[in-house]
Amino acid sequence: MMIIEEIMNKDVHSLAPTNTVKDAIVLMREKKIRHIPIVEQTGKVVGIITAHDLKNILPSTIKSDLNLTTYETPLENIMVKNPLIGHPLDFIEEVALTLYDSKISSLPIVTGGRLVGIVTTTDLLYTYIELTGANKPSSKIDIRVTDKPGILSDITEVFKMHHANVLSVLVYPSTKDEESKIVSVRVQIINPLSIIEDLRKQGFDVLWPNLPGVDLS
Amino acid sequence: MKNAVFIYSPEQLGYKFSDSHPFNHKRLLLTMDLLKNINALNDEDIIPARVATDEEIALGHDEKYIEIVKKAGHGLLTPEQGENYGIGTEDTPIFSNMHEASALLVGSTLQAVDYVMQGKSRHALNLGGGLHHGFQGRASGFCIYNDSTVAIRYMQKKYNARVLYIDTDAHHGDGVQWAFYDDPNVCTLSIHETGRYLFPGTGNVTERGNGQGYGTSFNFPIDAFTEDESYLEIYEQAVREVFEYFKPDVVITQNGADAHYFDPLTHLYGTMKIYQEIPRLAHKLAHEYCGGKWIAVGGGGYDIWRVVPRAWSYIWTEMNDLPLPTGPLPKAWLEKWQPDSPVPLIPTWEDPSPLYDPIPRKLEIEEKNAQMLTKALHMIRAEKR
Repeated sequence: MMIIEEIMNKDVHSLAPTNTVKDAIVLMREKKIRHIPIVEQTGKVVGIITAHDLKNILPSTIKSDLNLTTYETPLENIMVKNPLIGHPLDFIEEVALTLYDSKISSLPIVTGGRLVGIVTTTDLLYTYIELTGANKPSSKIDIRVTDKPGILSDITEVFKMHHANVLSVLVYPSTKDEESKIVSVRVQIINPLSIIEDLRKQGFDVLWPNLPGVDLS
Repeated sequence: MKNAVFIYSPEQLGYKFSDSHPFNHKRLLLTMDLLKNINALNDEDIIPARVATDEEIALGHDEKYIEIVKKAGHGLLTPEQGENYGIGTEDTPIFSNMHEASALLVGSTLQAVDYVMQGKSRHALNLGGGLHHGFQGRASGFCIYNDSTVAIRYMQKKYNARVLYIDTDAHHGDGVQWAFYDDPNVCTLSIHETGRYLFPGTGNVTERGNGQGYGTSFNFPIDAFTEDESYLEIYEQAVREVFEYFKPDVVITQNGADAHYFDPLTHLYGTMKIYQEIPRLAHKLAHEYCGGKWIAVGGGGYDIWRVVPRAWSYIWTEMNDLPLPTGPLPKAWLEKWQPDSPVPLIPTWEDPSPLYDPIPRKLEIEEKNAQMLTKALHMIRAEKR
């Protein structure tokens, strides 16, 4: 499984505790980001500021008077101190679970006491999009199988017989019953009919094609 | 000036993988014979195909890939060597002289382009073309060379034209889209069954182009089981608004006929009605925006007996301002081809009604498609305001 190092944003935009709210607003606007790690000169992460935090302390956007004292507030006064951090070798699933459980939306990545990257929920979502999506031309075949050993091998044997290149395989629980699982295969072929026919001949429950929402899982 | 020319040579039938392969250019014969039987097509309308040169094919493909295709067709390539190029797969098996056959289909579309761009004919039809899945260095989805990609580059280079490409094949027109993804002077529009299950899986509304070309790729992925009304609502609004927005010099339409209920490879529920309307609007808008310059190519279509001949005939009758053929099909045509067909032919131009049982979630599918349309056209609608 992938580790965070492979998907994290290495070009991190950070600020110092002495920088001001105004600096943070400008940086978020310029770089189109929503999270800024607050870093000491040594590179140590001491806090984090999110766009959400800034919205809470700023007056209505109807006024745009940048001389208000709020804008000059140092970030150390309002930042979330000692935020959760991650390591470049963390597994992606672990990080996803951390973000989900702690209800936070980003994780600064630290190694050797220094900030080296940041991962946000958007990055994780993109990783999952890549896992399930079509990066190369392919058809998708969904098969409902009994949850027992050896099934995947029986299925892939059929694809092998047809010299069909399998791009991705997802196995997930069926929402209908606990005894079965759905195997979802992306295969580099425009005409999957003969594969489907062979799968059915071997007794597999091919769910494709199906009526949307009527027969799936 | 002629209204339209029909590009055809018997050698186009040489693009043939095997007897049992779903991509079968016998469709061309069936369509031409049907048109001749209703006296819509005469020998003087037919312009022979030509072979595209290697240099022309290289407008859309890597030279290395062209060499691989040549070798494959001359028996000089092992299946393993072809694998990286999508050649010798179940979709695109090796066949004898496959380069020559593919180069002829590309040349046919170039022939169509030259007739239109040199003002010899207002419109031109090459049903042998429309191989929209072909990639720069790889065969994909039954397609070896991408005649539309080559033709569009050819039009840019030779005629400095701003080109709109409209693809109504049930599969996403990925090869053409990716070829011009960065190019602001070519606009690609594809209406297709969503890639959730169907090949090639791409063609999401969010694919809008890249860099300079951002905003010149349009995708309209419609749900499986979409029927005529919803299909045509999407088609008419999408095509009208994109024409108005992009203002092309010339339009090339890809006319895959696989969105029909009978098509074995896809799950759309179109009937002959969509094939009456598709060329009608393309024709009208070509006159409004492009001084009539309209090139039409074929594409997918895997029910070659019951669907493709009727569907493709409508393109030709539309190009020639002939009245829409209705009623019974010519008896001679039915009698000639029924013995070869594995299924009973449909005896009329119209499909029987009803063609299929009602779809359980029809209204939701229509609603979902309408939402998709709004998302896909959001940018150009916002710009107009």
